[in-house]
Parts: sequence; structure tokens; C-alpha cells
Amino acid sequence: MIEKTVSTADLEQIYDHLAEAIDRAGLDKDRLFLAKLSLALSTMVADPARVAQAIEASLRDL
Amino acid sequence: MHQPETHPRDSLFYDYAIHPYRRPPEMDGAPPTAPVVIAGAGPIGMVCALDLARFGVPCVVLEQDLQVSHGSRAIVLTRRSMEILRQIGLERPFLDKGLQWSGGRSFFRGKEIYRMVMPHDPNDRVLPGLNLQQQYIEDYLVSFCEAHPLVDLRWGQKLEAVDQDGEGVTLTVDTPDGPYRLDADWLVAADGGRSPIRKMMDLRMEGRSYPGHFVIADIKAEIDRPTERLCFFDPEWNPGNNVLVHRQPDGIWRIDFRLPDGENPEDALDPKRLGDRIDRVLVMLGREGLPWALDWATVYSANTLTLPDYVHGRVLFTGDAAHLLPIFGVRGANTGLQDCNNLAWKLAFTVRGWSPPALLDSYSQERVQAAREICEEAGKSTRFMTPPTPGSRMMRDAVLSFSLTEDFPKDLLHWRTSRPHDYHTSPLNTATGDEKTFDGGFAPGEPVRDVRLEPDDHLFDHFGDRAGFHLLVFAGPESVPPDLMAWVGARPIPLFVHVLGPTGIADPNGMAAARYGADPGSVYLLRPDMHVAARWRTLDLNALTEALERATQTTLVASPAKEPVQ
Repeated sequence: MIEKTVSTADLEQIYDHLAEAIDRAGLDKDRLFLAKLSLALSTMVADPARVAQAIEASLRDL
Repeated sequence: MHQPETHPRDSLFYDYAIHPYRRPPEMDGAPPTAPVVIAGAGPIGMVCALDLARFGVPCVVLEQDLQVSHGSRAIVLTRRSMEILRQIGLERPFLDKGLQWSGGRSFFRGKEIYRMVMPHDPNDRVLPGLNLQQQYIEDYLVSFCEAHPLVDLRWGQKLEAVDQDGEGVTLTVDTPDGPYRLDADWLVAADGGRSPIRKMMDLRMEGRSYPGHFVIADIKAEIDRPTERLCFFDPEWNPGNNVLVHRQPDGIWRIDFRLPDGENPEDALDPKRLGDRIDRVLVMLGREGLPWALDWATVYSANTLTLPDYVHGRVLFTGDAAHLLPIFGVRGANTGLQDCNNLAWKLAFTVRGWSPPALLDSYSQERVQAAREICEEAGKSTRFMTPPTPGSRMMRDAVLSFSLTEDFPKDLLHWRTSRPHDYHTSPLNTATGDEKTFDGGFAPGEPVRDVRLEPDDHLFDHFGDRAGFHLLVFAGPESVPPDLMAWVGARPIPLFVHVLGPTGIADPNGMAAARYGADPGSVYLLRPDMHVAARWRTLDLNALTEALERATQTTLVASPAKEPVQ
């Protein structure tokens, strides 16, 4: 399970912010944007095992 | 010449009555004047009329049709709406017929991913939601209006033109006998989402409209399931969209789904296409092949729009005429009922001469702010239910995918339901010196809540349907100051005193004191719509006078002994 570390209000704000950012990246570049974002967040997490956990969780139920 | 439809609408469960048009007395020499005219006999217009009548204010209600509205439309009344109906003394038939509920379940790829539980306190008399078709809502209100000597409900009369000066409104009303003129001091525009008055006055709403169309279909079918809100995300037959299901009285079920992008809304109502989809919804409900019959179907889209001001001279906008809000979170009629509950006492105080028209500015201030809060909150739900852009769709799909195995994003699946609004910035509030000493309870601007004092005795029962301000006194051992009743008797406005304690309303377990954060001696001043105007730890008649004057925007009495305002 991925722990919930931000409040629902913050998560809602992040959700809207990400949606807007994907739209700003545009349909031809949204995958590149999301890959860059994942990399940036990974170095912020600073824990390869936890990044691997997030990758596995995100691959489920695609 | 207005010619309303005289044939009753079709329905599988509701017998439409044709209410006769009656020639208005103004055509035969009666003076063409009314203090208040309400345009529209929908739920909001009629509740407004009945609320005004409580204060002794007569009104004329104009309704262009001869029967109640077509289709079940607004089917969920919130607890706050039931409290408003109770204040006006109307709740009984709604409770008898409606189906109460408190939760819902959401499904994705066949799995239950979210269980919604709406807050319910044992102090509350009714559950958070009550399902009832709008035909019944209007039917009950029509009965109350027709029985009330102060409400003049006029069927088959259509407002054609509005002309106002600073003193009043001149209306041109068309009827089967031709047009007539009616002069009103005030016009309440409760004429619905397409408000002809809003168009006549060329007023623009602010906000946004969302892409995507939704179909509502009501079917009659024998489905043995509890009353709860069901939501199915991304069903196989409608990928990327969602389906909502609500139970209604009389074996009627509301099915609500988003159309695939690009589909023409009229095509979606084609009987064959709609029928196939309903069959597929029944499969999702575990009732494959169940016989059903269609009662009513329509198409809608989502908006978060409001007029920036609800008071335009002598014309007052309320309900959907004032704003168009998303259906998600049951925000249409429930918001409108809060609007008209706020408007009615202020308009009544103005008409009765207890307050200047400036009091009505606070109606606009409080309710426009509420509408903007709703637009903000409901916008979040709406962006989830009908993603307006590729980015929002991608995020919605990510949350749904995670929700099958992860808990962290599940709160994003819950949309906030219509709630009573807190008028914390209202110009009618008085923040007393005692305010900071209250821990809990209800602050100025907040609506107060009911309390179960004993198993069959609620605080709000003691308020009854009395129309006016309420002073709630938590009596200490020395009881109530003897000069209070003399002070109340000297006020020109309706003000009711309720004493909790040994000499008054029994609160044997201290439940009311606890919920109101009150000590012996504490006092709450409540507005007629049950929002707090001010509260104190001890009663001081000068402070009470000051708060009451602020809440009514007037000087009630010029008291030479009055202390200067701090």
C-alpha cells in the first residue's frame, strides 16, 4: 500500500495542478512530461526501493 | 394570448391534475397592486411564498403552466432542506412519502472501490438524504399554497414584461383572457434555470460550462435494493463515462449516465438506443432481462454559473434563476431552498417596514458567496465526473486504476454533497467580546443544529414554525433576567424567547448545552433562517439591542439610555 501523506485538500489541489500541466504539455508531449516528472519526484523521494514500490503499484490494473 | 397546455402530462406513477386558470380580479376592476409577486411555482417559488406568508406578507405567484413540472427532476432533498420545510411547518408529507438514505457505493471494473457514508448525528431527526420526485414536492407545496389565505397562486399566467423604477415593478402578465398589468413593490424571480426574467433584463451569469452531456432516464421496475446512491465508473458499454442510480418512491429508478463524446444528445433519447443502455444498466444491477417501462427521460449538461448579484433594484433572483449548479452533490433545489429561506425573512422584514430595503443586500452577499463556494466545490466533482480536458481525463483514469488496489486516492472519488452554508462574513453578524470564549457550538453566520433532548423531544420542536428571530437562553440557577420579557415586548419585530433549563425546555442530559458550547447564562440570538446572529456568555440588553439592530440593518428603538457602541 502506498501511504497517504498529504491531506485530501492538498491531494485535490495536486490532482488539478497535474491535470492542467498535462494539458499544457500537449497531446504529443504528455508522456515525456510524465516521465520527467517521475524522475524528478524519484530524486526527491531519495529511496530507490520506494520508487520501485510506486512503479509496481502504478503498473497494476492499467 | 397565452394558451397553456390543458392536457395532463404522461406519467407511470403520478396523476397530473390540471389546475384551472382563473380570470384575475385586476381585469375586472380590482386594484392592480401586490406587495410581492413571485414568478414561477416551482419548489423555490412556492416555498418562498409560504415562508413570506408566515410573516404575514401576502403574495401573488404566477405560473405559466396548469400543472406541476414534467418528470422527477430534483429527486433528493438534503437534511437542511427538510429543516427548512420543517421551519415553515411543511415537512410531514415529505417525510411520509420520501425515502431516506445516508450513503452510497461506487464501482469500477465490477469491484466496489468506494463506500460513501454521509455524516449523520444521532441528534438529527432525518437522514442526510430524502428521495422524492419533484412532482410530489410541488404537489405538496401546491396544496399548502392553495390552502393559505395569503398565497394567491395563479395558474396559466405568464409574465411577459418587467419594467421597474426605484419604487416598484410594473408587470405585464399574459393569460388566456389576454394581458393585464400588475404593479408590485417587489418581484421575486423564481422562474428557473432558463429564467425569462433574467433574459428580459439581459443579465449575464459568471462561471463556466462543462462539455459533455448526461442522460437522465426514470424507469419503473421491480428492483429490490436499498435506498443508496450507486455509481458505476467506466462500464464496458460506456467506456470512460459513468452511471448513477438512485431509488425513488413508487418503484421508480433514476438512471443517469454521461454520453460518449461527440454523441448527439437527441440521438441518445432514441427509444431503441436508450432502451439498450437501460438493459445494460440492469445487468450491472444484477437484474438482467428484468422488465421495465420508461417514465421520463431528458438530457442535461453541467454548469457552475451564478449571477454576480441577486438583487437588481426591485427584482430579486433566487434558485436556478440566480445560478446554474452541477447536479452532482444534489445542489439544484437544495441550494434554491437555502436561497429562498434567506430571502423570505429579509423581504418580509422589508415589506412589513421592520427593516430598510438595504437588508436585502445581505441576501445577495450571503447567497452569492454560497453559490461561489458551491461552484468551487462542485467544480471538483464535476471535473471528475465529466473531465473537461485530456489532462483531467488522464488524472481521473489514474485515480480509478489506483483505487482497485490502493487507498490513498479514494477521497478523490467522493464528491461533497450540498451542505448548509456558513455566512461567516455576513454584515449581519456581531462578533461579541465573548465570542472567543466559546469552544465549539455555532459561531455567528453558522446555521445551528438540532439536538435530541430526550428520545422523543428535539430542540427544534420547541421553535415550531414561529416566524421571527429566536433568543435561545441557557438559564442559570437565577433563571432569566426579569427585564428580558419587557425588553422583548417592546421590540416591534417578531422575537421568540426559548429558555433551556429548570424553568423552561428540559435539557436533562445537558445535550443542548454541550452541542452549543453553552454555560449557564449563555445566550444565542438566531435569525429567522436559524443562522446565528450573535452569542454571549451572559445576557446584556444593550448588547442584544446592538446585535439585533445589526441583524435587521435598522434602528429598532432610539433608546436614550443606550450605551455607545464599542
